[in-house]
Amino acid sequence: MTEWQRPLPRPDNVTGPYWEAAARGELLIQRCPACGHRQFYPRALCTACGADPEWERASGRGTVHTFTVIRQNYAKPFRDELPYVVAMIELAEGPMMMSNVTDCAADDVHVGMPVEAHFVTADDGIGVPFFRPL
Amino acid sequence: MSVPDRTPVIAGIGLSDYPKAPDLDAVQHHALALQRALDDSGVPKREIDGYVSAGGGGLMIDDAVTMAEYLGIDHRWVDGTMTGGSSFEFHVQHAAAAIRQGYCDTVLITYGSDQLSRMGRTLGTGGFAREGQRVPGPIQFEVPYGNSLVGAYAMVARRHMHEFGTASEQLAEIAVGVREHARLNPNAMYRDPISVDDVVNSRMIADPLHKLDCCVISDGGGAVILTTAERARDLRQPPVYVLGAAGAQTHWNISECPDFTTSGAVASGAEAFAQAGVTPDDIDTIQFYDSFTITALVLLEGLGFCKQGEGGPFVAEGHLRRGGRLPLNTDGGGLSSCHPGMRGIFLLIEAARQLRGHAGDAQVPDCSLALACGSGGWLSCIGTVILGKEAPE
Repeated sequence: MTEWQRPLPRPDNVTGPYWEAAARGELLIQRCPACGHRQFYPRALCTACGADPEWERASGRGTVHTFTVIRQNYAKPFRDELPYVVAMIELAEGPMMMSNVTDCAADDVHVGMPVEAHFVTADDGIGVPFFRPL
Repeated sequence: MSVPDRTPVIAGIGLSDYPKAPDLDAVQHHALALQRALDDSGVPKREIDGYVSAGGGGLMIDDAVTMAEYLGIDHRWVDGTMTGGSSFEFHVQHAAAAIRQGYCDTVLITYGSDQLSRMGRTLGTGGFAREGQRVPGPIQFEVPYGNSLVGAYAMVARRHMHEFGTASEQLAEIAVGVREHARLNPNAMYRDPISVDDVVNSRMIADPLHKLDCCVISDGGGAVILTTAERARDLRQPPVYVLGAAGAQTHWNISECPDFTTSGAVASGAEAFAQAGVTPDDIDTIQFYDSFTITALVLLEGLGFCKQGEGGPFVAEGHLRRGGRLPLNTDGGGLSSCHPGMRGIFLLIEAARQLRGHAGDAQVPDCSLALACGSGGWLSCIGTVILGKEAPE
């Protein structure tokens, strides 16, 4: 991924800080000051109790909860990157997020694999978190 | 003085042309299916006073108000609930309540899609966003990673395999059994017999799902007419009683799925069975949304036909096959016959055909209770409908 060609987020006032933090190499999740619930993706309210959530920096460490190896995708630019791993990452803090597992052979990925975040800057103020074996 | 029986029944069903109908657009699929449901039921069109469309049938706009205008339905009750492919099971839940309450007497549900003829076969692996596109909303957290629709279900299958030891060969049994039924349907897209080896040796699309674990892409449309048991006495077909109808949502986008091995089939199934006063052992045939083999397996477990995690061995015992104790998708399903994008209405139509005793070579003997279970999104919104040949007590 030398030049970013994939689809990009269109950040808004709620999601913008997440993407900006990723551009600085930080992974943010949200934590509710009222009930303690942690959540991903970032939202305008806590999904557990409805209060205003706050940002919390996550460790960037997690495990592969489940994954697939994408071997067919007609859409550019992904069709030129096959095969690649799409995974659900269970963060050490609890929430799950989608990402790609990079820096290893697709066949080496397994459920429970420890991984850590790394970040690619896609555009001004937009970093995208990926995960690689820890 | 006798009170009119407002028990909701399916009184008419109609299919448009499938699996390929290049001359029909989505709206025309709705219209053709309605014409055939009117012929089937004997309901005069002017009697329809409730209407439902989920839209989503292709490039055409076919939402409820557009379609009510096009079809000429002057409704006094309307619903446009869109939960993906399970929309039509949710529609039955809503329509049944509306009929019982007297908000309307006769409800029409229609669906039409020109998916194959207008958009080809890219639904499953065409990606969710274009190169360089900037995407707002919750899927901004998915689109940078290149997942596909098949990939979403593949992650469910992978987790199920990890937790319960489910094998690809067991999932393949589902595709093999549904293909046996497709052989009996002259309109089915694929009718040649397949084996477990054929499925597991077909091309991998998104591990662990092979090409033959995935449903077909077709054109098609359907219409269902519901009315009161009272009105149905004077109509053409034996009534099919709505005994239970319930829905549940656990997430929408796959990345928000709270548990990759289960679904809203647990909650919606329990509620529908309670309404109907029956148990899984009482059901004679199941019509499931088989977008993928794993979809059917997760629904089977969630509804309680076997315990969670035991779906693989259960399927391998052959119960879902023709002649088994719980035949699945007797029309050939989405896996072999017809999947224009949102399959839920065809589950209702095939269940009704079975309960009327009109299923021809695919008829399940002594069929008196059928269950239709639709999955919308990525096992996100599950709707369960229990239908019966006899009036509820």
